[in-house]
Amino acid sequence: MNKIKSLDDLRRMKQAVESGIDIREKGDVPEEKIVQIRVAMATCGIAAGARDTMNALIEKVNKDNIHAVITQGGCMGYCYAEPTVEVRVPGKEPVVFGDVDTKKAAEIIDKYVKDGELVEGIIPMNFQSINQ
Amino acid sequence: MEKIKLTIDNTVVEVDKGTTVYAAAKQIGINIPVLCYMRLEHMGIENKPAGCRVCVVEIEGRKNLAPSCSTECMEGMVVKTHTVRVINARKTVLELILSDHPKDCLICSKNGQCDLQTLAQTLGIREVHSVENAEVSTYRKDYSPALNRDMDKCVMCRRCEMICNKVQTVGALNAINRGFTAVVAPAFEQDLVDSPCTFCGQCVAVCPTAALTEFDDTKNVMQALADPTKTVIVQTAPAVRVALGEEFGMTPGTIVTGKLVTALRRLGFDKVFDTDFAADLTIMEEGTELLDRITRFIGGDKSVKLPILTSCCPAWVNFFEVYYPTMLDIPSTCRSPQQMFGAVAKTYYADKLGVKREDMVVVSVMPCLAKKYECDRDEFKVNGNPDVDYSISTRELANLIRAFNINFASLPDEDFDAPLGESTGAAVIFGTTGGVIEAAVRTAYEVFTGKTLAKVDFTELRGLEGIRQATIDFNGTPINIGIAHQLGNARKLLDGIRNGMYNFHAIEIMACPGGCIGGAGQPLHHGNSGIIKARHEAIYREDAGKTLRKSHENPYIQKLYSEFLGKPMGENAHHLLHTHYFDKQKI
Amino acid sequence: MGQYKMHLLVCGGTGCRASESARLVDVLGEELVKQGLEKDAQVVTTGCFGFCEKGPIVKIIPDNTFYVHVMPEDAAEIVAEHVLKGRRVARLLYQDPNSGETIEDSKHMGFYQKQLRIALRNCGFIDPECIDEYIARDGYAALGKVLTEYTPEQAIDILKKSGLRGRGGAGFPTGIKWEIAAKNAADQKYVICNADEGDPGAFMDRSISEGDPHSVLEAMAINGYCIGANKGFIYIRAEYPLAIQRLEIAIRQAREYGLLGTGILGSDFDFDVELRYGAGAFVCGEETALIHSMEGERGEPTVKPPFPAESGYLGKPSNVNNVETFANVPVIYLKGPEWFASIGNERSKGTKVFALAGKINNVGLIEVPMGITLREVIYEIGGGIKDGKKFKAVQTGGPSGGCLTEKHLDTPIDFDNLLASGSMMGSGGMIVMDEDDCMPAVAKYYLEFTVEESCGKCAPCRVGNKRLHETLEKICEGKGTEADLDYLRNLSSVIKDTSLCGLGQTSPNPVLSTLDNFWDEYVAHVTTRTCPSGRCKALLHYSIDTEKCTGCTACVRVCSTAAITGEKRQPHVIHQDKCIHCGACFDKCKFAAINVQ
Repeated sequence: MNKIKSLDDLRRMKQAVESGIDIREKGDVPEEKIVQIRVAMATCGIAAGARDTMNALIEKVNKDNIHAVITQGGCMGYCYAEPTVEVRVPGKEPVVFGDVDTKKAAEIIDKYVKDGELVEGIIPMNFQSINQ
Repeated sequence: MEKIKLTIDNTVVEVDKGTTVYAAAKQIGINIPVLCYMRLEHMGIENKPAGCRVCVVEIEGRKNLAPSCSTECMEGMVVKTHTVRVINARKTVLELILSDHPKDCLICSKNGQCDLQTLAQTLGIREVHSVENAEVSTYRKDYSPALNRDMDKCVMCRRCEMICNKVQTVGALNAINRGFTAVVAPAFEQDLVDSPCTFCGQCVAVCPTAALTEFDDTKNVMQALADPTKTVIVQTAPAVRVALGEEFGMTPGTIVTGKLVTALRRLGFDKVFDTDFAADLTIMEEGTELLDRITRFIGGDKSVKLPILTSCCPAWVNFFEVYYPTMLDIPSTCRSPQQMFGAVAKTYYADKLGVKREDMVVVSVMPCLAKKYECDRDEFKVNGNPDVDYSISTRELANLIRAFNINFASLPDEDFDAPLGESTGAAVIFGTTGGVIEAAVRTAYEVFTGKTLAKVDFTELRGLEGIRQATIDFNGTPINIGIAHQLGNARKLLDGIRNGMYNFHAIEIMACPGGCIGGAGQPLHHGNSGIIKARHEAIYREDAGKTLRKSHENPYIQKLYSEFLGKPMGENAHHLLHTHYFDKQKI
Repeated sequence: MGQYKMHLLVCGGTGCRASESARLVDVLGEELVKQGLEKDAQVVTTGCFGFCEKGPIVKIIPDNTFYVHVMPEDAAEIVAEHVLKGRRVARLLYQDPNSGETIEDSKHMGFYQKQLRIALRNCGFIDPECIDEYIARDGYAALGKVLTEYTPEQAIDILKKSGLRGRGGAGFPTGIKWEIAAKNAADQKYVICNADEGDPGAFMDRSISEGDPHSVLEAMAINGYCIGANKGFIYIRAEYPLAIQRLEIAIRQAREYGLLGTGILGSDFDFDVELRYGAGAFVCGEETALIHSMEGERGEPTVKPPFPAESGYLGKPSNVNNVETFANVPVIYLKGPEWFASIGNERSKGTKVFALAGKINNVGLIEVPMGITLREVIYEIGGGIKDGKKFKAVQTGGPSGGCLTEKHLDTPIDFDNLLASGSMMGSGGMIVMDEDDCMPAVAKYYLEFTVEESCGKCAPCRVGNKRLHETLEKICEGKGTEADLDYLRNLSSVIKDTSLCGLGQTSPNPVLSTLDNFWDEYVAHVTTRTCPSGRCKALLHYSIDTEKCTGCTACVRVCSTAAITGEKRQPHVIHQDKCIHCGACFDKCKFAAINVQ
């Protein structure tokens, strides 16, 4: 890994990583076709089964050959609905699903990711973040 | 020094920057009550965890009450020490402490000497709100040959912890558990005997209550005195005679040697002897050993280790056995005066009297609690019979005197019995820091140089600083001497030796602040180091008043050698007066 | 992909469900079918929007239309107008209460500004184990800016201007804290991050450490530059293994990028961070106790002054801030102190993260601007009280906060107001209680915690809290007297007034605040020996309704003290002198013949 030796280095780095997706990882699939899925993997989420959810998602995505990047994230604050999963389908607003067990994980891929059909358990985003 | 002005109870007071509110108040005659706070001014010892919260005061502009013991004065501060709020808080806090303290004051060993009791009296506590089924802390009692722990009586002042860790660096006692069950105890709540405790007893000396006390041997002594088949003889350590008077209302520093002898006689001891005699004997042995080592060292003998360390202090012996097991060949092999006395008494003197060893009981009166442990050591027993049967502290002796209805203050002066009662000034100064080495120098100098000392007072070896060093000119040969009192200072010296930082020929070490005069068996100082200082000065007064001031001039010592021991470090002496040390490393 | 053009999101939160949202879902579905649109639009039930008083809520995407108070009878119109013709139903739109304006796009609703995420800005949005994602969101840009554009003094000045106050509880101005540490000259100084979050129920620091560890590292480096420290420690409880793991990864990545280490970003500033583990003692959140624990000593507080800024870790000037405080720092430098100071109210700037818990629908972590009211937090963000029960009290500030009541609901939340109301900000725990909670029992519960967590160093906290707890226990067992209430009050104020550290100084808050706000409940416990909320078992009075009792003797058989007697098929009697209030008869009775009072 190269060291960031100056503020300019840092700025260049930011631009390079801004897309948030490591293209190399996904080969030549155009960025706008990649579904981004983020599982809230804080202690609370993991305790509620987020690890299983994440594994189920990865398995499902591989099996169904869907171009998706699944990453972990921190706590989104929805303790009452862990595990929570955020799905960004290209061209659409991100949607957060709550209480995502392995069954629901598969359902999200089948219905929402493939067909755009929403499934129960959406957590409406009810806050503003300065970084959005 | 930067000065600061503040107002305490409407009086303006000017103090040095860094002064606490408590000290500033004291300066203008306001005695704020304290419990956990304790300071031994001349010893650099201070305990201020600010835990008891009894010394709280109101400071204008502050939301909460502040502990005066650990609140520094600030320019323009306005302090009130006795508002309704302050007094209510103090009383409520003290009531809380009392609510978790046994109410057995009448039969408590600290009755009349207890800081908590005094405080309850001062604050006028007449009632403690009782909560039904209120929990009271109870802990397993821990008895050792020297100290007892009854933590039911602990008020978490942490004085013992401070002295054991910061001053003595022994680390036997530490706060364990938390909240209501927090208490000071050896690690894993093991017994003191299994801990690295050296039995210096300084924790007992500073404990405000009876949580830490000495093991009481007075009953055994009374029983021996009452037994007609036993010849009971007593020895008293040098530091006892300058402190015992305090127990009977005398000014600290009063020398009560004559009254002490009379009192002991009236208690029924068959013979009243002096540990000082054994101190002179110690000098003969230790001085010879010192000269022997130095001479051989200078002569190039590689097998000789220097410096030589004194070994009179039993807590110090315990300390190096636990913490410096690799340096066991450095200390002098001389037994302590208490044990030399016992060994001589139960051989030489018993033979003289025609009394069998088993029928002789040797009691020692010591300023020390570690002496109780020392006389219990197996190497100082013959067929299970100890050279010294019982060691009682100055305080225990006072209790005996009281129990025997003796009006100590009005006693006439009497002299020690012969032959083990005769001593020199050199022996007396064993009672304070620097004394043993000064006594050794007085003799060693004359033996080494073959000249008579012009001046026996080596003031360069005296003082109360924790670590001192001096070089004495032995007629052209400079002899480097180190002195430390308090085990923390001893540790510094020893580490310095190990690192090659120091180059001493001889070192004296005493475990207690000020040496034996500040021993844990002495009348309680209640945080007043002026008392220790007064005893220190009294020791040198007693020395100065003696006709004989060099150990080798003691005629009875000379007689002992000619009649019985032969020569210093000779075979007989070696057998009776010397010992060896053990690796007692705990972890 | 995506056969639906439109989604109708119907709030399925408890509040909306209570106002018939479930039926609304059905009716909307039926309408879609009826109007032949079931292939174009989908009706979905969602979690709570946190806007319960306006429920039921229907949000339509993709156009973000936000309908409020939607009744089943409105379904036909929504489908006909909005779904079919794409025209909003104006009468159902949300109106801004202040301007009276109709809001079409929910993104412009004031409601969404109720929660503003600054400290939690990245939590859940970036992969915490990937430094690139942090950098993509302006990570380490603040550090770069500070290092290249400001002197330490200027940087501290900016922080002072922002008005940021410590989020650990006491609310000490962070800039001033840094300034003091900066002014104390020393050969070595330290930055310490307090991640020893000990309040039960508060976990914002854990969430930040787990979700955005780099923000903490970046802020610590800025702190180091400002005060002249090149070494930072994060004191974190060992019970936070994931946070530890993420922080370790973050530290490693930052070192690899040269964002920690020597000559950071080409400057001559060196800084590195190490983790130190705590055993999870509550008192070690107190900065002096924390430092002692770091030094390997017993985790006990000592008297301040000296403050850590003068004499901290190993006797060197140290600045201690908690995780949430640090997480705010980089943003302040990027967006400017004025921006930060524009959020919140006069004395408390920015936002605060709260952990909402208790009898509330949306249990969770929220971040709100200072100055928001408890009512907004509980009823809007929190979705109101569970099971439609009545609100009774909210405990803020963790176990040693106070219980606030109905009358405090509209008080703006900030450091000073909470203190003035007898509670405190603490680290941001917020536990909601309803009518079923007995306040003396609640106070007892909190005291249990402080008794457990007191370090035992100072007498008022060590013994006093124990006695408070015992007295409360006595009261809850129906053995209390009016004198006990006076004792509680005096003892509480003395503990507050005399304790050494913040733990003892605040531990009686639950007692004092409940005495103040629920005096009648205490009086009932000690005079009529009753527990108004029926929580204190010992105070319950069981009797048999002779009308309903069939004499089946089921109760007789379960009563362990033989307190119930009666002939078969005749009404039975409970003998009060023998009854131990265990409630076994009540549970057993099939005829609801046992009365409890």
